[in-house]
Amino acid sequence: MKKKLLKQITPLMLLVICFLIMVFLSIKTHSFFSLKNVVNILEANSYRLILAVGMMLIISSGAIDLSVGSIVSVSAIFMAKALKAELPIPVCIFAGLLTGAMLGAINGSAIHYSRINPFIITLATSYMYRGLSLIITGGIPITKFPRAFRSFGCGDLFGMESGVTMAVVITLLIVPLFYYMRWGSYLRTMGGNPKALHRTGVTVSVYRISSYMLMGILAAVVGIIITARLNSAEPNAGMNMEMDAICAVIMGGTSLHGGDGSLLGTVIAVFLMGLIRNGLTIMNVSPYYQQFVTGGILLIAVVVAEIRSRRSRMDC
Amino acid sequence: MKKSYILSTTDLTKSFRHVQALRGVSIQAEQGRITAIVGDNGSGKSTLIKILSGDLKPSGGQIQIANQTFSSLTIPQAMNLGIRTVYQDLSLDNYKNSAENIFLGQEYRKGPFLDQKRMLDEAKTLLDEIKVHIPDLSEPVRNLSGGQRQGLAIARALHNSGNILLLDEPTAAMGIQESHSAMNILRTLRERGMTQIIISHNLHQVFSLADHIYVMRFGEVVASVDTMDSSVSQLQEIILRQEESRV
Repeated sequence: MKKKLLKQITPLMLLVICFLIMVFLSIKTHSFFSLKNVVNILEANSYRLILAVGMMLIISSGAIDLSVGSIVSVSAIFMAKALKAELPIPVCIFAGLLTGAMLGAINGSAIHYSRINPFIITLATSYMYRGLSLIITGGIPITKFPRAFRSFGCGDLFGMESGVTMAVVITLLIVPLFYYMRWGSYLRTMGGNPKALHRTGVTVSVYRISSYMLMGILAAVVGIIITARLNSAEPNAGMNMEMDAICAVIMGGTSLHGGDGSLLGTVIAVFLMGLIRNGLTIMNVSPYYQQFVTGGILLIAVVVAEIRSRRSRMDC
Repeated sequence: MKKSYILSTTDLTKSFRHVQALRGVSIQAEQGRITAIVGDNGSGKSTLIKILSGDLKPSGGQIQIANQTFSSLTIPQAMNLGIRTVYQDLSLDNYKNSAENIFLGQEYRKGPFLDQKRMLDEAKTLLDEIKVHIPDLSEPVRNLSGGQRQGLAIARALHNSGNILLLDEPTAAMGIQESHSAMNILRTLRERGMTQIIISHNLHQVFSLADHIYVMRFGEVVASVDTMDSSVSQLQEIILRQEESRV
């Protein structure tokens, strides 16, 4: 029991911080606990949660993906092109998801076969994919989609905003995949000791590439939600979204070195970051400060994670 | 009586850019016997084991296993041929527990889900059988002692039936008692007919265990002796003589 509790120390700490922030905001502002504001927080963070969950998988495998924001944009634009060609909506959505999967596969293959650091590879592809968005659109957003498609982003699904529902469903699906199935177990071993996995006869490339494909698909889902919500597919969509995702994952207690990951910690960290953003907004703090605060949180999270990681290595 | 060799190599070479790690190594491992490979650091012992386990591709030469000839092996191929390996670095995932490490790559499943309970139960039985004492099998292996970790690596190699066991310094991190019980395990495995190729620095251990010994130096086999016809002092003399001739 004590061991299990200790394992969840980061999520518990984050929960306490969330609680303190909520108490502070409800005292300082009148609008914080309104239904509208709660819905606002959930909606604004639904896509961040989807990306953070995918990023948690990638980071726990000892890698990173800096091209996520660019994939959000490219997949949305491919889907938008298909919508403009008046293809059936399910086909257009599939085209968006397929684009995400393919761009993810390119990342995963390049990382596995070149053996170059994932940071460098995905930094390069993030520029390539963003460039692709700009080339296809000429820098001009694609707008005005059919009503049926728009309702996909704004309409209700099971009594909640569709983006929120999708984030919840995706997170729940990742739980068994990551913790109780072979795929997730191998992903963690890729972070813990990739050589060990290779030496047991497992084809590591399959797991490396499929993890990036899943990340690409999740980025495409976000691209679809944003496009439907804004009624516009923008070449600059998803800018810096990967940074928010990385920040949440690290804050949630997943080590940058890989080997293990905390889904619960990631979920709570996304919620905490959303609370901070929301709090700063309703307290009329300039958006410039929001950037500064987010950066500061990431710095603290990385330093704390590194200290914990060094301690755990010294204990070995 | 004619000897039956289950594994042999012919003129095996391996170079890493300009470094020649193996220079025409030919060894033979007799069925159901323990063959030891001794030599100083950098003599090519671990490279040879990695080639036999499929972890490294040789630059030249051949490998014969059970009447089949290969120019190189992949890890799955070696495993299908019944080769199991305990690497020098043990190849354990520090974040996973003992059971998960033993069954890594060969997990039991209930439908699509990992069967943790069955793996824990079987890991316990297996570790008891080889007398490796790990109080909590659900503990991450980074918290285990060197000996326990080494025992775990041996258990992983044994958990599904292979017929050739390659061991690279299997008792290096073990204490006296753990090392003694590991040696007993290897003897028991020989009685069961398992062929073993073992690398060790400990000549006394090698003599108490092995049936045949190869001495390697600078990527070459410089001596091949039957344990029955030799002694520790003789082997030391061979190794020292080689060193002197180099000087």
